[in-house]
Amino acid sequence: MANYPKTKVKSFQEWLEVNIWGLIIATGLVLSVGGIVEIVPLFFMKETFEHAKFPEIVWDGAGKEVIAAVDDAGKTQWNWKPGDGVRPYTAVELAGRDIFQREGCYLCHSQMIRPFRDEKERYGHYSLASESMFDHPFQWGSKRTGPDLARVGQKYSDEWQRQHLRAPRSLVPESVMPGYPWLDESYLSAKKMQRHMRGLRTVGVPYSDADIAAAPALVEGKTEMDALVSYLQSLGTMVALDDSKVYRE
Amino acid sequence: MQASLEQKYNFDVVRWFTIMAVVYLVVGASVGVYIASELAWPFLNFDSPYISFGRLRPVHTNAVIFAFGGCTLMATAFYSVQRTCGVRLWSDKMARFTFWGWNAVIVLAVLTLPFGLTQSKEYAELEWPIDILIAVVWLSFTINFIMTIATRKSSHIYVSNWFFLGMMIMIVYLHVVNSLAIPVGLFKSYSIFSGVQDAMIQWWWGHNAVGFYLTAGFLGIMYYFVPKQAGRPIYSYRLSVIHFWALMFGYVWLGAHHLQYTALPDWTGSLGAAVSIAMIIPSWGGAVNGMMTLSGAWDRLRTDYVLRFLIIALAFYAMSTFEGPVMALKTVNALSHYTDWTIGHVHSGALGWVAGVSIGAIYHLMTRLYHTEMFSERLINFHFWTATIGTVIYIVAMWVSGIMQGLMWRAYDEYGTLAYTFVESVDAMHPYYAMRAIGGGIFLLGAVVMLFNVLMTVRKSAVEGSLTKARALAVAA
Repeated sequence: MANYPKTKVKSFQEWLEVNIWGLIIATGLVLSVGGIVEIVPLFFMKETFEHAKFPEIVWDGAGKEVIAAVDDAGKTQWNWKPGDGVRPYTAVELAGRDIFQREGCYLCHSQMIRPFRDEKERYGHYSLASESMFDHPFQWGSKRTGPDLARVGQKYSDEWQRQHLRAPRSLVPESVMPGYPWLDESYLSAKKMQRHMRGLRTVGVPYSDADIAAAPALVEGKTEMDALVSYLQSLGTMVALDDSKVYRE
Repeated sequence: MQASLEQKYNFDVVRWFTIMAVVYLVVGASVGVYIASELAWPFLNFDSPYISFGRLRPVHTNAVIFAFGGCTLMATAFYSVQRTCGVRLWSDKMARFTFWGWNAVIVLAVLTLPFGLTQSKEYAELEWPIDILIAVVWLSFTINFIMTIATRKSSHIYVSNWFFLGMMIMIVYLHVVNSLAIPVGLFKSYSIFSGVQDAMIQWWWGHNAVGFYLTAGFLGIMYYFVPKQAGRPIYSYRLSVIHFWALMFGYVWLGAHHLQYTALPDWTGSLGAAVSIAMIIPSWGGAVNGMMTLSGAWDRLRTDYVLRFLIIALAFYAMSTFEGPVMALKTVNALSHYTDWTIGHVHSGALGWVAGVSIGAIYHLMTRLYHTEMFSERLINFHFWTATIGTVIYIVAMWVSGIMQGLMWRAYDEYGTLAYTFVESVDAMHPYYAMRAIGGGIFLLGAVVMLFNVLMTVRKSAVEGSLTKARALAVAA
């Protein structure tokens, strides 16, 4: 061990400077404070989520009813309607979200509208915390090289979205977005999506057994392009927000 | 005298990390220039998944932060801890493992990110198996560092080691908590946190990757290499103590300022902003402490190019630690958030401060590690000017484009409707995106010259046999 001449320690600071274990513990404690104060309350304070006060924000069927399933005639039947409230993503939307993550879309597109007049006019109602409660991980983004997408759902047709994803500049000449033609070339895997849904269920996303059972029929024959468009079209359509209510101070 | 050092200390691992840091600087900056060009000239995406902006951008950030920054930190920490403690590294084996493990992480990053294997958390993109490897390697780095201090021959632990230590402990916290995820495949996982909590944890990580990895760690470099290169003791011991504890306590709180006006509760964002503003004081204390070390020896800047790098880095540190708190102010943040201003701010820190102090330290190390003079002093001077000019062009381009974006988005015309569509703001950015790519290109040119200079110095040392001589002398002695 250390074999240096012992000097008389004159202060706590100096004691730390000659005692590595003390320095480690003191530094470790000082480093913990900020994180504990800012992060831990978010898990315990109910007011963090707007649905504590406005329960209608979250779909009451989540985890109990199947969100959507393909019936015997091959048609997709929905138990949830736009505006019914926040719900987990369907298997196809979730596949689309996986692709959104994979392609790094979040690096140029935020999904978080701030409560300013211009953002309201450009993108819509400000985003609520409850709206991303099932998003593992969050996709709020940090940069708008392209526009915010929090409420892009149903603003453009499916066909517009497809064409725009394949060749952005064919529709918006000034755009700097990359093209994603390869999304047309791969098909979704039912097994993989069921695995992903089960994984999300273990971290708290309320998927019912019926939701997971419905996945194979939903993703059958769908391309990655279909999935991404379906995800984009779902964004911001879940909650019907009321301008007369103050969701957040 | 230098001869015995080769025998006494483990400089091999320092040499490997030093050379790799320079290689990764060139790689990381090249990818950076390429993706910057993609934004200016989008045809460069070539409709190819592997080089599209969204997949390459994490390659750039990981290459510069973890490959270049990491190798620099490990080289300088391993070097300075041995010199300040007067003992050899506690474990040569662990040091070798740290080197190969860290480089394995970097190779794995290059093999996964272009294929879209990502957790999609900024600066923490790597998937869970790589995250586990990072944790193991980082712990081996940390334990080796701590044990070297524990077996030191000096009585007091020198200030540079406090900063390195603070960084190591905080990165363990941050990396472990932020990377908690549920694996659903070999290279696919979902964060166990969601929405607002995940956002807060991500930016607690995100800003402290900046605050600890890229600031505290590099302040450790500053506290060792600036006094060494200047040949004078650090200006103020008291300022170092204040700088250290204020930084350790304060930086942790800043993450919340990335989430102002979002769905994060207002109290958290305001708290983050308040502490951010207070952080000007310790940051400037540190910058003053570094610069004033030169007090009475300012003339050295005329002849010592390495010192120039270290001092201009401190100037950029002072500048960006002033800019940061300003951007954390709610009214400024309302304008600057989501714009290129943030990118400019990051690069004034990353190119000006982090790269500047690293480059200075690496040039200093090269002469000590290879026991010879640099191949060319003039090329160091050339590098200094390209790095400085490139950085300034980059930052100015992003200031203009960022503020312009922010103003265009919120502009109203005389009829009370939004004056610009979003895409008009994209179109208006083109000249600045081109200017940024050029600034980055100039910086890259300097990095390439540095790599050349460093490799030629290694060759020069081999020809002169200076390293072999240094090792042999020790044996004879």
